[in-house]
Amino acid sequence: MIKAILIFNNHGKPRMSKFYEHYTEDTEQQIIRETFHLVSKRDENICNFLEGGLLIGGSDNKLIYRHYATLYFVFCVDSSESELGILDLIQVFVETLDKCFENVCELDLIFHVDKVHNILAEMVMGGMVLETNMSEIITQVEAQGKMEKSEAGIAGAPARAVSAVKNMNLPEMPKNINIGDISIKVPNLPSFK
Amino acid sequence: MALKIVKGSIDRMFDKNLQDLVRGIRNHKEDEAKYISTCIDEIKQELKQDNIAVKANAVCKLTYLQMLGYDVSWAAFNIVEVMSSSKFTYKRIGYLAASQCFHEGTDVIMLTTNQIRKDLSSPNQYDTGVALTGLSCFVTPDLARDLANDIMTLMSHTKPYIRKKAVLIMYKVFLKYPESLRPAFPRLKEKLEDPDPGVQSAAVNVICELARRNPKNYLSLAPLFFKLMTSSTNNWVLIKIIKLFGALTPLEPRLGKKLIEPLTNLIHSSPSTSAMSLLYECVNTVIAVLISLSSGMPNHSASIQLCVQKLRILIEDSDQNLKYLGLLAMSKILKTHPKSVQSHKDLILQCLDDKDESIRLRALDLLYGMVSKKNLMEIVKKLMLHVDKAEGTTYRDELLTKIIDICSQSNFQYITNFEWYISILVELTRLEGTRHGHLIASQMLDVAIRVKAIRGFAVAQMATLLDNAHLLTGNTQRNGICEVLYAAAWICGEFSEHLEDPMQTLEAMLRPKVATLPGHIQAVYVQNAAKLFATVLRKHDGETESQAAQETSQLLIDRLPLFVQSANLEVQERASCILQLVKYIQKLQQKNVEVAEEVTALFAGELNPVAPKAQKKVPIPEGLDLDAWINEPPSGSESEDEKPKAVFAKEEPKHSRSRHTEVDEKELARRREVRKQEQASNPFYIKASPSSQKVYDAPGVEHIPVVQIDLSVPLKVPGMPMSDQYLKLEEERRQKEKAERKKKEKKKKREKRGKERKADSGPESEEDITPAHQVDIVTEEMPENALPSDDDDKDPNDPHKALDIDLDKPLADSDKLPVRTHRPEVLKSPAEDRDGESVPQETKKKSGKEKKKDKEKDRKRSKEEKKKKKKPKEVEEELLESQPEEAVQSEETKEAAAPPTSTSAEASDLDFWLSSAPVPPAAQEVTAPSSSAAAVDTSSAAAPESEPDEPKDTEPEDTKSSKHKKKKQKKEKEEKEKKKKKRHHHHHQHHGDAGGEDSVQNGTVEEEEPLPPMSNYSLLAENSYIKMMKEDADQVYDIQGNHQDESKVVVSVIFENKSDSFLKAMEFNVLDSLNSKLQRPEGAGAHDSLTVPFQLPPGVSNEARFVFSVQSIVMPQKLKGTLTFIVKSDESSTHEKLDFKLHFTCTSYLITTPCYSDAYAKLLESGDLKGSSLRLEGINMPFHHLLARICFHHHFSVVERIDSCASMYSRSIQGHHVCLLVKTSDQTVSIDAKCDEPSLLGNVLDEIKQTFSKC
Repeated sequence: MIKAILIFNNHGKPRMSKFYEHYTEDTEQQIIRETFHLVSKRDENICNFLEGGLLIGGSDNKLIYRHYATLYFVFCVDSSESELGILDLIQVFVETLDKCFENVCELDLIFHVDKVHNILAEMVMGGMVLETNMSEIITQVEAQGKMEKSEAGIAGAPARAVSAVKNMNLPEMPKNINIGDISIKVPNLPSFK
Repeated sequence: MALKIVKGSIDRMFDKNLQDLVRGIRNHKEDEAKYISTCIDEIKQELKQDNIAVKANAVCKLTYLQMLGYDVSWAAFNIVEVMSSSKFTYKRIGYLAASQCFHEGTDVIMLTTNQIRKDLSSPNQYDTGVALTGLSCFVTPDLARDLANDIMTLMSHTKPYIRKKAVLIMYKVFLKYPESLRPAFPRLKEKLEDPDPGVQSAAVNVICELARRNPKNYLSLAPLFFKLMTSSTNNWVLIKIIKLFGALTPLEPRLGKKLIEPLTNLIHSSPSTSAMSLLYECVNTVIAVLISLSSGMPNHSASIQLCVQKLRILIEDSDQNLKYLGLLAMSKILKTHPKSVQSHKDLILQCLDDKDESIRLRALDLLYGMVSKKNLMEIVKKLMLHVDKAEGTTYRDELLTKIIDICSQSNFQYITNFEWYISILVELTRLEGTRHGHLIASQMLDVAIRVKAIRGFAVAQMATLLDNAHLLTGNTQRNGICEVLYAAAWICGEFSEHLEDPMQTLEAMLRPKVATLPGHIQAVYVQNAAKLFATVLRKHDGETESQAAQETSQLLIDRLPLFVQSANLEVQERASCILQLVKYIQKLQQKNVEVAEEVTALFAGELNPVAPKAQKKVPIPEGLDLDAWINEPPSGSESEDEKPKAVFAKEEPKHSRSRHTEVDEKELARRREVRKQEQASNPFYIKASPSSQKVYDAPGVEHIPVVQIDLSVPLKVPGMPMSDQYLKLEEERRQKEKAERKKKEKKKKREKRGKERKADSGPESEEDITPAHQVDIVTEEMPENALPSDDDDKDPNDPHKALDIDLDKPLADSDKLPVRTHRPEVLKSPAEDRDGESVPQETKKKSGKEKKKDKEKDRKRSKEEKKKKKKPKEVEEELLESQPEEAVQSEETKEAAAPPTSTSAEASDLDFWLSSAPVPPAAQEVTAPSSSAAAVDTSSAAAPESEPDEPKDTEPEDTKSSKHKKKKQKKEKEEKEKKKKKRHHHHHQHHGDAGGEDSVQNGTVEEEEPLPPMSNYSLLAENSYIKMMKEDADQVYDIQGNHQDESKVVVSVIFENKSDSFLKAMEFNVLDSLNSKLQRPEGAGAHDSLTVPFQLPPGVSNEARFVFSVQSIVMPQKLKGTLTFIVKSDESSTHEKLDFKLHFTCTSYLITTPCYSDAYAKLLESGDLKGSSLRLEGINMPFHHLLARICFHHHFSVVERIDSCASMYSRSIQGHHVCLLVKTSDQTVSIDAKCDEPSLLGNVLDEIKQTFSKC
C-alpha cells in the first residue's frame, strides 16, 4: 500500500500532497515538513530509500523518493510494495506529467494542482497502484479533458479569453522559470512496459 | 432565465479562479496569511451563491488551500453539493475535494450514499470512475455496507476502465466491511483471469494485499497465481505475485519446490530483458523459498550460497539503491543462514563507512545477526571505533543501541566474558550527548542482577562511576546519560556486600552535587545510601563503640537534609524517612545498642528479575470472574430494566425511581465535570501519567543552572579498565585452552588409538568456546503455572484481523451483500449457489495449454472430489455440533446439508497441483527420516496425527514411491491440523487412548457431548514385537479406462514397533482370493510378498499402503495374510512372523458423494432402486451424533435434514446409488434404504446395525 504521495520543491513548499490515510491538516503539514527535512539533507548520489519518519506510520514504512531539478517526488509505502517498483512508478508518473503538460515545469504543478491530482488518480487509487501503463493513463486523462472542454462549450470560450487577458496584464507573471530536465533517468531502472 | 445564465457566466469570468488564487498568494509573500484569509472570505461568499459553477470554482480553490494546511471541513456540505452536479467537470472537482478532506468523522458523508450510488450506475464511465476514485479515499463502514453490492456489480462492467477501479476499491470495502469479503471473493478471483491486463493487475493487487495479512486463506489460489506468473508479462503484476509467493511459501513448502525453477529462470533472464526490480524481487522470493525449505536439506545450502553471492554483487554495485536492497535481502538470509552471510563480514563492515546513512543502518542491522561467541568482541570493537568517529548524534546513538542489541540478544547468548561487557557499557557512558543513558542503565541492571558471578566486578565498576559522577552530571545534564547513575547507585546499594570500601561510595553518593540530578535518580541515591549505611554498620558489627559506624551516621545526618529540601516529592519523602531513622539509630549507637542486625534486616531479601510478560501470564484462579460485580451496581442504570428482578418490581415505583436517577445521572455528570476542572487547576492533584516515562521527567530540573564543563580532551576515568584489554586476554585464554585441548586430545589418541576419533572440526567451532568464568544467567521469574501463550504480540486493533476469513468455505445463505430491494428476496437453492460460485472458476482453470490434458485432469479432479468427500462431512459435523438442537430450522439444515464440495475440490486441486511438482530425489531422502522422527516425538501408538479424513494421494502410478507419498500426507495433515484445531484436539485425546490395549475403535467410543471422537483405524494384528493397525479401506477408487469391471482399494496399514529391537526386512503378503488380489509389481509371481519400504527403530511407527484389486463389491471380503520381519537387537537377530486377517466391508466400497435434494428426489422417483429397511432399538444418542456416525463410518452424506428425519446418500465405487431415510423417535431409529443392488444394500445395512450394536 502507498500511504502518501508528496511533491514539494527544494524549499519544502508543497506542490501536491495526497494522503491515503486520514490525518488532520496540521499533521499533514508536519509530515510534509518532516519528510522534507529528511529528504533534503541527503546527497544526490545516495540511495533513494529512507526508513520512514516518525509521524507517518511506524517501522513498516519506507520513504521512496526521487529528486528532479527543483522538485522532490516522495512516496511513502509499506513493505508490500517493491522498492524498485515504486521508483519505476515515480518515473512513470513524472513522464506522464511531462507528456500531459508538454514539457512539465514546476509552474505547471503550481498552477494546475487539480490536474496533477487527476493524473495521479489514474495511476494510484486509494493507495493501490491502478495502472502502470503510460499510454493508457494518458488516453484516459485526455478523454476526460475532452469531456470537460465539451461541457464548457460556448461559455468556456470567454472564460478562457479572460484568463488569457489576465495573464497578459500581469507583468510579474513569471514566465520562464523552468525546472530543468524533469526526465532524468536513473540508470539500471528500465521502466514498466 | 437565459439572461440569468449568461449574466452568471460573465460574472464568473471575473471571479478569482484557482490560477488567480495561486498567483495572488505568490504576489503576497509578505502577508500571505492575511491574503488567504480574505480569499477564504470570498470563497464563503461564492459558496452562498446558487450558481453551481461558482461553487465548484470555490471548492476547487479550497482544495488548494487544504494542501497548504487550512482546515476546510466547514465547507463539507458545499463539497457534497458540487459532487452532485450533473456536469462531469464540477463533479470531478467535488470528488477531488471530498477525497482530500473527508474522513470517517465527516458527518455529511452519510448524505452522499445515494449520490454515489447514482454516479456508480451512470452511463458515463468517467462519472463512475471519478466516484470510485473519490470513494476509495473516504469510504466508511456505512458506505461500504451500503455500496458493496453496487461495486460488486461494477466488477463485471463491460468497460475494463470501470472493472479495474471496481476491483481495486473492493479492498477498501473489505477493510471497512469485512462481511463483504466472502460473498465478493469468487468474483474477485474470476478477475484474476480477466482479459484486460489492467483489471488482472488490479485483482492481483487486491488479493496480494489481502493475502499478505492472512496468507493461509489464500493458499488454494497458488496454482492460479503460478499460472499467472509463468504467463504474465506485466512486471508490476509479476512483482506482486512473486512477493505474494514469498508470503505463501512458509506455509506450504511444496510450493517452494515448485517455484524454485521458474524463479531461477526469471532471474537468469532478467538482467537482459526486463527490470531490475523484478530481478530483485525474484531473488528475494527465492530466498524466502530457500528459507522455508531449509530444514535439513543440505543441497539447498548451495543455492543459498548462490543467492548470497548474487546479493554480494548487488552490494558491490555502484548504484546505492542496489547496494541498499542487497543489504536488505541479505538480512533476510541472515535469520536462517547466519553462517553463509558471516563469510561476507568484510563487505558489511565496509558498508559501515558508506557515506549514505540508510546503507550504514542496514549494515548495522546485518551485524546484529552475524555475531557469534567467537567474533562478538571483535565486531563490537570495530563498532566502538565507529562510535568514536561518528559525527552527528543520531547515527552515533544508533550505533550505541546496536552495540547493546548485539550484545544482549537472545539472553546474552554470545557473551563469554561479562567483565568485558560491563567495561563496554562503562565506556559507552563516556559518549557525550547520547540520549540512551536509560538503555545503558537498564543493561547494567540486567547484567548485574542476572549474572551473579559478575556482581563483584560490576559493583566495583559502578562505585568508580559514582565516584566520578561529576563528569557525567557536568557534561550531560540534559541528555540522559546521567540515567546511568541510577543503575550505578542501585547496584552499589543492592549488592553492597561486594563493595571494598562502602564508606567511600556512601560518601560519593551524598555529595551536594547529586542534588542537581533528576529527581528519580536522587531518590535512588537516597534509598541506596541507606542500604550502604546498613552494610557499613554490619561491617563494624561487634566492635563496641565503633568510631566508624558513628561517623557514618553522622555523615548521613549531615548530608541528608539537603535531600529533605528537595523539590521532588519522592526524594523528599525518602530522605526525611531515612534521616529520622538514622537519627534514631545514632541515639541507639550512643547507648551502645547493637543495631547492625536490625538495620540490615530492613533491606533483607534478594530481588529477582521478573519476565516482562509475567504479569499477563498469571492464570486466573478458578472461580474468579473478573467481570462479575462485586457489589450490585448502583441502581438507576438502564440495564436495570432488563434484569429479571424487574418482573417483580411494581410498575409505578420503578418509573419514578428511574426518572429520579436520570436527574441523578445528569447531576453526576455535571459534578464530574466540575471535579475534573478543579483537579486540572489544582497543582497538588497528581494526575495519572499516560506513560511510565513521565516519571523520569523531573519537572523543573532543566531550569536549574548548571555550569557546563567544556572538555576538549576525552576524559579517561581513572581506574576504569579498557575493554580492549579483554580482547587480548580473551584471545590468549582461547589460545591456551586450545593448546590444552589439543594436548588432551593427543593424550587420548595415544591411549586409544583404535577407537574412532571425533571428527576434528578444524577451526574453532562455536561449542569450543567456553565462557571465561562460569556464569549462571538467572532466568526470569514467571508466575507459577503460567499460561504458555504466545499470542500477546498481536495487535487487537489491526483492521486486517477482521479479514481473516476462510474463503474456501462455500457461501452460505447468510453470506450475502445487503441489497436495496423492494421485493422480498428469492432464496437461491444451495445447488444454484454452488454452481454460481464454482463453475466459473472451474472452467477458467482450463486454458488453452491445458486443454489436451483436460479430460484426464477432469477425471482426476472428480476422483479427488470423491475422495475428499469426507471433508464436507467434517464441516457438517461442525455445523451439527454448533447447532442448538432445539432450533433446527429447515433453512439451516439446508445450509448444513449443502455439501461444501467446492472446499474439498479446491483443497484437493491444490494438493494435486502441488503433488505433481517434481521433487528432487535428494529431498525425498532427507524428509523421510524427518517425518518418522516426528512420529517418535508424538510417541503415541497409532499414527499420531492421522485424521480419519486424511487426503490420499490419487495418482495410481504413484504407488511405487510410498516414501514420497508419506511425506506429502504428512504435510497435508499438518495443514489440516491448522485448519481444524478443534477436531485436532479430539484426535489427540483419542490417539492417546489408542496406545492402550483397547484399540478396536470402530464404534467402541463412549458416549459424550459434543460429538465423540471417531477413528477408523482398527487393530489388525499384534504380537510382542509389532502392532498393525488398519485403516478402514475407504480410500477407494476405480481405475480408469480398460479395467471397467475391476476396482482398486488402497489399504493403509500402520506398523508400530513395540519392542526394544530394530525391525527390518518386513514383508507383507496376502493370500489372494478369486475376487480380491493384492497388486504386486510387474513380474512378480502371484504369491510373492511385498517389501515394506521402511525399517522400524524401537518405538517408532510408520504407515504403508497396499493396493488391492477387487472385482465384485457386493459382498464383504476377508483375506488372510502374513507379515514376516527380522528382529535385530544388539546380540542377535531373529526371524518372526505375524498372521492377520484383512476385512473388506461393503461400507469400504462406498464413497461419500454429495447429492442435492433435487437430484436425490429424481433418483428416488426413477424407480430403479430396490428398498430394504432396518430398525435399531435402544439407540441413546442425539440425532446429529447418529448422523455423524453414519456419515463417518459408512461414508454417507446428509442430503437434507428436517427435525428428527434425514435423508442420506452414498455411492459405491462401481456406481451403485445408496439412499437412506433415517428417522428417529424415542430411542428407536428406523432406516429405510434403497439401492440398485440389493445384496450390497443388505450388507451395508448389516454393517450399520453392527456399528450401532457396539455402542
